[in-house]
Amino acid sequence: MSGAETISWTPVRKAPSPLARLFDSKPFLIAICLLPAFGLLAVFLTYPLGLGIYLSFTDTKLGRPGVWVGLENFQYLLEDRVFLNAVWFTVFYTAVATVLKFALGLWLALLLNENLPIKSLIRAVILLPWITPTVLSAIAFWWIYDPQFSIVSYVLVDKLHILSSYIDFLGTPWHARWSLIVANVWRGIPFVAISLLAGLQTISPSLYEAAMLDGASSWQRFRKVTVPLLMPILAVVLTFSVLFTFADFQLVYAITRGGPINSTHLMATLAFQRGIPGAALGEGAAIAVSMIPFLILATLFSYFAIGQRKWQQGGSDE
Amino acid sequence: MAEVSIRDVRKAFGTTQILHGVSVEVADGEFAVLVGPSGCGKSTLLRMIAGLENVGRGEIAIGGRVVNNVAPKERDIAMVLQNYALYPHMTVRDNMAFSLTLANAPKAVQEQKVSRAAEILGLGSLLDRYPRQLSGGQRQRVAMGRAIVRDPQVFLFDEPLSNLDAKLRVQMRGEIKDLHQRLRTTTIYVTHDQIEAMTMADKIVVMQGGRVEQIGAPLDLYDRPANLFVAGFIGSPSMNFLKGTVQNGAFRFGDMMLPLPPGPGGSDGMAVTYGVRPEHWRLDDAGVASIVRLVEPTGSETQVVAEIGGQRVICAFRERVSARPGETLHISPDVMHTHLFDPSSGMRMA
Ligand SMILES: Nc1ncnc2c1ncn2[C@@H]1O[C@H](COP(=O)(O)OP(=O)(O)OP(=O)(O)O)[C@@H](O)[C@H]1O
Ligand SMILES: [Mg+2]
Repeated sequence: MSGAETISWTPVRKAPSPLARLFDSKPFLIAICLLPAFGLLAVFLTYPLGLGIYLSFTDTKLGRPGVWVGLENFQYLLEDRVFLNAVWFTVFYTAVATVLKFALGLWLALLLNENLPIKSLIRAVILLPWITPTVLSAIAFWWIYDPQFSIVSYVLVDKLHILSSYIDFLGTPWHARWSLIVANVWRGIPFVAISLLAGLQTISPSLYEAAMLDGASSWQRFRKVTVPLLMPILAVVLTFSVLFTFADFQLVYAITRGGPINSTHLMATLAFQRGIPGAALGEGAAIAVSMIPFLILATLFSYFAIGQRKWQQGGSDE
Repeated sequence: MAEVSIRDVRKAFGTTQILHGVSVEVADGEFAVLVGPSGCGKSTLLRMIAGLENVGRGEIAIGGRVVNNVAPKERDIAMVLQNYALYPHMTVRDNMAFSLTLANAPKAVQEQKVSRAAEILGLGSLLDRYPRQLSGGQRQRVAMGRAIVRDPQVFLFDEPLSNLDAKLRVQMRGEIKDLHQRLRTTTIYVTHDQIEAMTMADKIVVMQGGRVEQIGAPLDLYDRPANLFVAGFIGSPSMNFLKGTVQNGAFRFGDMMLPLPPGPGGSDGMAVTYGVRPEHWRLDDAGVASIVRLVEPTGSETQVVAEIGGQRVICAFRERVSARPGETLHISPDVMHTHLFDPSSGMRMA
């Protein structure tokens, strides 16, 4: 050992500046990180929603501030046949379109989950309806449903000779309703199919092998393995699909504007119709507000449907 | 109860030939282990026996019945997959009872079979848990339980222990062997771990590159490996190989001579490979001189890495060795336990 004297040295830590201390404090960080989200939600969601709810209790007209009228708008709506018809059609539209979207979407997803030779091409084609702007596809459907130039009528009548006269797709209430549902299903399938495909691909192939060894037929493998394992994502996709369909506006407004004779009004289109072109802002707001309970119901349904699945939660043994 | 016959089975995926004619006979009640390096086609062969993979050419028979075109569920086999493949949405009980529900077995029968399997495997307290709530070893046991419940003719295991840590692996190894001793069901077990093969098997099938290299009882393979591959694959640390020639009834390499094993030794001047297992070297003042490179005492024995005539050998001595790297150690092989191979064909000569 050399006799050099040892230099005594202790690490000195500089006292952190007040700013650094501020950024070290958790409550402050939480607050500052939440601020932008809260701001956005407040400006773009809470304010319009609050305003809408407020308006629904007034008799505001376009260009004329209204006065508080309590539940009068709602009382009026309860006796309004057009409104009741819109409620009924919204529920019908949502139910039928959702069932069809899920049946076809699941079928497509199962198909795409198999090893098809041109899988990626089909997958790209399936996405097309989704990436087309709604209004554009609405215009396309307008042409498809045109009384004189409809390609469907042309094929059925002039080419295949199955029908003798052109179909008036949008001229009668039931034709118009089904035409809208078909358009909505066409537009909604990609979302369902691609989401469910993603869900299917998380299911390990070895589970199917195990089930095969356990003696399950292909239907049993679908029922006992695929469906239960797909349930969580199915519930989420179902909720979104129901919400989107229920609140649909663009397709209907662009194709039929609620006609003929108000038979295809959804609650959303009717609210707009009454509120903006009809200038009865208060009443339009009341129609929009009456959608809220339905939407909450749908959300709650999925919340509980997802919460039920105990097997997803790992680790906890009670 | 059933025997399994695999007769000249071949398999290709696309244009790549994976199995080149494999034939194995597994007797009724036997524990057969397929062992070989990764990618040699063990899983493929096992999946063909299970019916998850088509048999390309050749024949597979279970209990005398050719099953090439029989669906997996009709083969009366149970398979434990490498990742266990437990149904995540079913409890342990439902996982084990699944095959019985599919077969419409009465509730009482299901209950009885599941509790018997649970008892054998010590799963009684876990029956109401979901797979996510189990440890790796417990999952492994549930996968076995699922197989036991079915009372199959044949158990198939595909590397069931490779996901477990070393200690649990040793424990489960014992449990599987114990289970086989109790149930006496014909078992085919795939592993790439030669120690698992040695400790568990009645019969080992060593595979390489889609071919069977040797079939035999563990100690037969250890004592009389048929070729260089088996000699090097079975045993740990693996056999030492020295390259040299036969000269005057002895093995000559460099300027050193070692005695030949008894048996047909090959003609003078012939190139041969001489094999000695690490534990068959002994310290011998009259032996050949080796230069010590590394000494690794493990407590029960001492492993020494040394160099003889420029070739590296590993020796495992029972006695403690105090030599240091760079020193010279005189060693000689136990002649009764040496092996001689033809380096061109790789086959055993003596
Ligand atoms: N579906 C498949 N398509 C093409 N090649 C495959 C397929 N399955 C396996 N192979 C190939 O077959 C060979 C044997 O595979 P196998 O899974 O039987 O190996 P293994 O002996 O089980 O190996 P490991 O010990 O790694 O599990 C490998 O080369 C693999 O790449
Ligand atoms: Mg494998």
